Amino acid sequence: MRTIQFEQIVSAVEGLCIQANTIIGDDVLKALQKARDTEESPIGQTILGHILENDAIAATEAVPVCQDTGMAVVFVTIGQEVYIEGGALGEAIHEGVRRGYEKGYLRKSIVKDPLERVNTGDNTPAVIHYDIVPGDKLHILVAPKGFGSENMSSLKMFKPADGVEAVKKFVVQTVENAGPNPCPPIIVGVGLGGTMEKAAILAKRAVVRHLGHHNEKPHLAALEKELLEKVNQLGIGPQGLGGRTTALAVNIESYPTHIAGLPCAVNINCHVARHAEIEL
Amino acid sequence: MKRAIRLTTPLTQEMLRELKAGDSVLISGTVYTGRDAAHKRMVEALDRGEELPFDVKDQVIYYVGPCPAKPGQVIGSAGPTTSYRMDSYAPRLIEKGLTGMIGKGLRNADVVNAMKEHGAVYMVAIGGAGALIARTIKEAKVIAYDDLGTEAVREMVVEDFPAIVCIDAEGNNLYEQGKLQYRQD
Ligand code: SF4
Repeated sequence: MRTIQFEQIVSAVEGLCIQANTIIGDDVLKALQKARDTEESPIGQTILGHILENDAIAATEAVPVCQDTGMAVVFVTIGQEVYIEGGALGEAIHEGVRRGYEKGYLRKSIVKDPLERVNTGDNTPAVIHYDIVPGDKLHILVAPKGFGSENMSSLKMFKPADGVEAVKKFVVQTVENAGPNPCPPIIVGVGLGGTMEKAAILAKRAVVRHLGHHNEKPHLAALEKELLEKVNQLGIGPQGLGGRTTALAVNIESYPTHIAGLPCAVNINCHVARHAEIEL
Repeated sequence: MKRAIRLTTPLTQEMLRELKAGDSVLISGTVYTGRDAAHKRMVEALDRGEELPFDVKDQVIYYVGPCPAKPGQVIGSAGPTTSYRMDSYAPRLIEKGLTGMIGKGLRNADVVNAMKEHGAVYMVAIGGAGALIARTIKEAKVIAYDDLGTEAVREMVVEDFPAIVCIDAEGNNLYEQGKLQYRQD
């Protein structure tokens, strides 16, 4: 057994919330630079330049890249030999989010009840996904999710006979329907297989993957490439004002599924692709 | 890209006629903020026959819910929010004389029709560039619905706020034109 203190988790999550919201990763910056250099639309090029300038200001001044600092999505991978002393793991994460959003001057965007809509005032609760694995490490990934893009996500339960063609059409159609709303260039996360909720979580996993990495399965890596080309032929472009750069990446994650089903979830993320992680 | 047109608010009908979809603009002067909850309240006030918290005639509303200001800042990051959520309210304000909206994303036919009928433009700012945009905001104060926090109505003074005319008062739409131009079937 290895002991990790409650407070240590709180301060790690606090730091991750601030870091994720102010510093865009090198992988995303590189993709944006490449897009700026290759974009054919003059307006699109200017926009990509402004986005890069914005991301540089945010990092140097430690201010949020975007005012929608999101709902905190937290992926926790905990080794089964870890013992947490001083309180519950979930509470440590919520407390870390509470402190991070306060200290980082981040926007509080969470309402307590989806229908009554009163702000909780501290951006809690977070949405937490747990994985229990062998070992004695605790890995935490914080991915604040803005809702301009979250609202453009979609899920469909296909029949096995519908096959890959239906999946392709659905992904491209979801991006087309979203148009300018999710602040393109976007990152498209696709979850294939499992059950309904598993597909949605896989799609979320897919959007937080580092850019430049592809699915290990060759047929899915090929599908990622093909879908990226298709999506970028739509003409939506930076901010939807026309151009070649609609998406920076299409990432697919998959899981075994039932003989009768082909669940497919598409999660859309904006260019403000935030994620920060730590291993304790 | 063409050179940007400098605009100083209030935005009169005469000025609107010069603005065409695809124009880059740099806005200076007073603009007001409002998003979902504030729009709901404003339209409810109109329904009850009450006055709006500010006279919307020839004014510009920016759809934004800013971050809290850090010490020394006028306002925290302040980029546009998605406009379609204001679509059910916007025509009422356009009828009352509102001439400019700044946001991002698609508008529905009711909004575009109201814009054409009464004269208004829809401008877009870069979504996800809130840190850059905040630098052009020189003053900000809450003038109504303080209890809504980030969603309160603010009166802001901006200087060279960058935006692009997306839908002009004739209904020309850069989202449609731009996409068509770069689409590869
Ligand atoms: S979709 Fe992303 S970039 Fe656009 S406003 Fe929301 S969080 Fe910001």
